[in-house]
Amino acid sequence: MSSEHTYVKAPGKLITPTTVILALIVATGFSIIGYRLVFGLGVISNLSDGYPWGVWLAYDVAAGSAFACGGYSVAILCYIFNGWKYHPMIRSALVTSFFGYALAGLSVMVDIGRYWNAYGFMMPSRWQTNSVLFEVAVCIMGYTVVLLIEFMPSALETLRELKPNSFIKKLADFTAPKLDKVLMFFVVLGMTLPTMHQSSLGTLFVITGQQLHPLWQTNLLPLLFVSNAILLGFAVTLFESGLSAAGFKRPFEAEAFGVAKVVPIVGFFWLAVRFGDLIYRGHILTAFTPSFHMVIFWIETLLITAPIFIFLGKLNPRKLFYTALLLTLGGGMYRIDVYLVGFNPGDNWYAYFPSIPEALITFGFIALEVLAYIVLARLLRLLPAVHTAHN
Amino acid sequence: MKSTRRRFLQTAAAGIGLTALSPTLSAASEAKSFGPDEVGMLYDSTLCVGCKACVYACRSENFDADSSSELDEKALAEQRWHDAYELDYRTKNIIKLYQNPDDVNDFAFIKRQCNHCQSPGCVSACPVKAMTKNPVTGTVQYDKNICIGCRYCQMACPFKIPTFEWHMTFPKISKCELCRQTPKGTPACCRVCPAKAVIYDKRSILLAEAKRRLAENPDRYINKIYGEYDYGGTNVLYLSRVDFEKLGLPNLPNYSYAGVSENIQHTLYKTFNHVPIAPVALYAALAAVAFVQHKRRGKKDAGNEAKKDGGEK
Repeated sequence: MSSEHTYVKAPGKLITPTTVILALIVATGFSIIGYRLVFGLGVISNLSDGYPWGVWLAYDVAAGSAFACGGYSVAILCYIFNGWKYHPMIRSALVTSFFGYALAGLSVMVDIGRYWNAYGFMMPSRWQTNSVLFEVAVCIMGYTVVLLIEFMPSALETLRELKPNSFIKKLADFTAPKLDKVLMFFVVLGMTLPTMHQSSLGTLFVITGQQLHPLWQTNLLPLLFVSNAILLGFAVTLFESGLSAAGFKRPFEAEAFGVAKVVPIVGFFWLAVRFGDLIYRGHILTAFTPSFHMVIFWIETLLITAPIFIFLGKLNPRKLFYTALLLTLGGGMYRIDVYLVGFNPGDNWYAYFPSIPEALITFGFIALEVLAYIVLARLLRLLPAVHTAHN
Repeated sequence: MKSTRRRFLQTAAAGIGLTALSPTLSAASEAKSFGPDEVGMLYDSTLCVGCKACVYACRSENFDADSSSELDEKALAEQRWHDAYELDYRTKNIIKLYQNPDDVNDFAFIKRQCNHCQSPGCVSACPVKAMTKNPVTGTVQYDKNICIGCRYCQMACPFKIPTFEWHMTFPKISKCELCRQTPKGTPACCRVCPAKAVIYDKRSILLAEAKRRLAENPDRYINKIYGEYDYGGTNVLYLSRVDFEKLGLPNLPNYSYAGVSENIQHTLYKTFNHVPIAPVALYAALAAVAFVQHKRRGKKDAGNEAKKDGGEK
């Protein structure tokens, strides 16, 4: 394969003020996790019997795994719709996807109370296949492994550049061609599994019934969540292109403009389902009845609609970056609204807002994700080689 | 190419849309029936005097030294139990007071504990079978040795019954299991109630008793047995003079949201010989398209690759 010419390493040193600060945030987060493991969830979090699911599941899992859908969205675009045209963007998308999912999994392990029993997912006798959460858990575990396999070629490529006689190089030389042959099966699995669990992340809330505000509670949650994930996958990929262009001081990737043109197709589909469903369920007037939830609903809707229309027009790198950021916020907000804002267990519980330690753990995970991306992008060839920034 | 893509999206949307919408309709008709030996409780709010003997009996019966906090032990040693305002890890049963703010004489008590639903949200939600419904007695039971502590049961319960030991290093879920560990069979709350406001028996007998009371004293009650049909029916039944919603029992449909959720899952993941059809079909379709695209690219590549060579490293 000619990947040496398609992908390049990011320039720059590993230890910089940015990476040091990130490492400190990671260390803070992980110290609090240690504290949580000893003293329990109640001490560090604002979770209660009324709001048993907090920011770790709403942000790290629901929103975070969708932010990590770059690998999924770009794969669909690349392998299904346009004949590998955007293939150069896939590696960095896969890396962020892998870290997004791995950390979503890790934050679930921090969140669950009886983590030592989690091995039950490996025992068929304990599988409860009616459970939406079972599907989500198994599927996310599977997809994380698939992402790791999809990411292997870039790692092997760098390992093969080691000293000629080292054992690792020999191993990499042996594995790489074999992996290349079966990779396509995993790539397709990498498109199937997210379709399954991203929709199920929405289905999770169907069972909460009347506790979820009618603006969000619908049997179409699975469809809304999976299309929202694809939308977010594109938004985050574009956002990252802009970010790595600025952060690694590289010219802007020309492929991004092509990807931006796909966003409105998915976006209008999502909006059609969202509003079609509100009309079908007879709750369209709820969206115009003044309330806290109405305001939240319209902020969310505007944050998604505006970027879609901007993407239809003429773009420059700067505009593209900020529009993608808006769309990421809007799409993420939809998911958090379902998981937290629209959720109301009744009047007996104080409304939930994450505590500082809870937030610090989440910041720690985000910092770890960014840090790992920077380190890997500098060690391995992940970024597309830039031809020219003009489309 | 563009038109095929649009058509694909349209068909996919229509397909997923229809399958997702249909469950609401079928869920109600699929309500399961209660077995002949299913047990439950009947709580008559008009008989309850609010003495809370049941709350204390429940605590003594279910007291778990392993999960009590220092405060609990101190209170226990001083024969002074902490008074809970909500169900919590040590309170599986609670008596609450409804008070009309405009009329001091308008008040009623309500007993809250697990209702042991016919189609329980917690059982449907639990990913690892830690929550199960006993097929004979209909009691919803919890197994801490399997539980992973994900708390999806708490999210899924429309009555907000399961509680969690937030203060514990090794926490577990706590909820009424009808004192299934008791040799006597009758739950502690029903044993001690001096007013016979809560009684324990087979559900069919309790339902007949509730109907008899309603027929004999129509003026004493609002004309509804809460739990007969609510949420697909529950093994615990309630009678009251005051609106059930005022007492904190939510106004629920006659079907379980668990049924709706399971219908969506079963539609999307319908299996044939243990193989989920839709995901496998999706995989096959994606694989076919990806393969064609891969082939097509192979032909183009021969020319393009030469151009790309010489790019930066």
